[in-house]
Amino acid sequence: MKEQLIQRYSAAERINHWIVAVCFILLAISGLAFFYPAFFWLTGVFGTPQLARIVHPFVGVIMFVAFARQFFRYWHHNLINSEDIRWMKSVRTVLSGHEVGDTGKYNGGQKGMFWLMCACMAVLLVSGFIAWRPYFAGYFPIPVIRLALLAHAWAATGLIAGIIVHVYAAFWVKGTIRAMVEGVVTHAWAKKHHPRWYREMTGKQK
Amino acid sequence: MALQSLDITRRSASPTASPQARKTIEIAKLIDVSTCIGCKACQVACSEWNDIREEVGHNIGVYDNPTDLSADAWTVMRFAEEESNGKLEWLIRKDGCMHCADPGCLKACPSPGAIIQYSNGIVDFHQENCIGCGYCISGCPFNVPRISQKDNKAYKCTLCSDRVSVGQEPACVKTCPTGAIQFGSKEDMKDVAATRVADLKTRGYANAGLYDPQGVGGTHVMYVLHHADKPEQYSGLPKDPAISTTVQLWKGWLKPLATIGIAAAGLFGFFHYITVGPNRPDDDDEHAAANPAAKQEDKA
Repeated sequence: MKEQLIQRYSAAERINHWIVAVCFILLAISGLAFFYPAFFWLTGVFGTPQLARIVHPFVGVIMFVAFARQFFRYWHHNLINSEDIRWMKSVRTVLSGHEVGDTGKYNGGQKGMFWLMCACMAVLLVSGFIAWRPYFAGYFPIPVIRLALLAHAWAATGLIAGIIVHVYAAFWVKGTIRAMVEGVVTHAWAKKHHPRWYREMTGKQK
Repeated sequence: MALQSLDITRRSASPTASPQARKTIEIAKLIDVSTCIGCKACQVACSEWNDIREEVGHNIGVYDNPTDLSADAWTVMRFAEEESNGKLEWLIRKDGCMHCADPGCLKACPSPGAIIQYSNGIVDFHQENCIGCGYCISGCPFNVPRISQKDNKAYKCTLCSDRVSVGQEPACVKTCPTGAIQFGSKEDMKDVAATRVADLKTRGYANAGLYDPQGVGGTHVMYVLHHADKPEQYSGLPKDPAISTTVQLWKGWLKPLATIGIAAAGLFGFFHYITVGPNRPDDDDEHAAANPAAKQEDKA
């Protein structure tokens, strides 16, 4: 029987996603190097420690701009409704492999992750600019820079932990990675994990 | 350098201990503000010895020149006009690195070996390892380190670590014409300070005292102040300097919390997968989706 597929992400959306993803990995590696002395050698991802310090913020700006594009693509799909609250309250059931609620394009967990990422990105951008030498840090008082460095590290920790969950969820729910690589999902995938979205896409009632 | 490296007690961003076998005498520079005449010979000596030349600036209406510390000015005289005891006082303070026993710069620095602390108390920057992030500026309670606009490396007073390592006093000490700057073991400098403080007290400075702030574990540059109760009068010398709580949270508390958070996310995924296993669309669903007419009952 021929596999029935639904387009979930266009080529432009996939490229957008992977720009953010590659930037994130480079930033997380170099950022952890600045944060943990024992991992300082990870600055090698950009060649030398000095280069890592210079390049990190520029990559950060690229990631933010690319993420901002994603924000405008997806924010209206991520408004939290009562189904999502139900999903979040039943997260244990979900984790045992059973679907909860009449989920649309995104479930409660994905929406929560979306807003967590938005918050972290915003904090990282603002605090990153404040701490950015030699261009911007000089315009801010030292106590403000200290707060920015603390906030930057906090937000980065939140984002890294969040992305680990994001990547794991994609790996756990089989057929998901294909959506962001090939752009398509099977009808069975859509029907099981995003039934309301499945009906919207196919016009079917069941 | 090989032998001198034995005298390094702490390196920035280095989780394991430095060699501890050798013990050297703890040294200190004592700046007696009450005998300083503001001649700036120390600034010139510093510039000469270290081969650094700040650009000639502009007169801003006071004697301060250069007006601030920079990558090319590791010590500057700060002139403050203050009223106390019902008269005008001209308080002159030689500003520069205090060489804290608990250095905020070293705590904040992310680059291994870019900031080192010798067992004699000197805190030194190794610019070859400096990455120019400016974390030391955030760590310092005295606002001392400066990043060069030419090479993006941080600079500050070395306490003439090169001279001290061969048994000489720092250049500023050598040149001071009034003896307002002295150098020796920290114990000796405290004794000298005690004598000066006692003398100042007999001259009507009841609050004279030694500035050796314990919030940073004491410093290896100390001041004799006529108004030790109000150090802020001396161009903003902090009263109770300590490494900022923000920096402590960032460089202290957050590290274990972040480790736990990131590890928890990773471990959760691992154990979830090996216990619950992958989440696949059921074969029934595949069939049902392919053939909408087929019966479908397993709605959760």
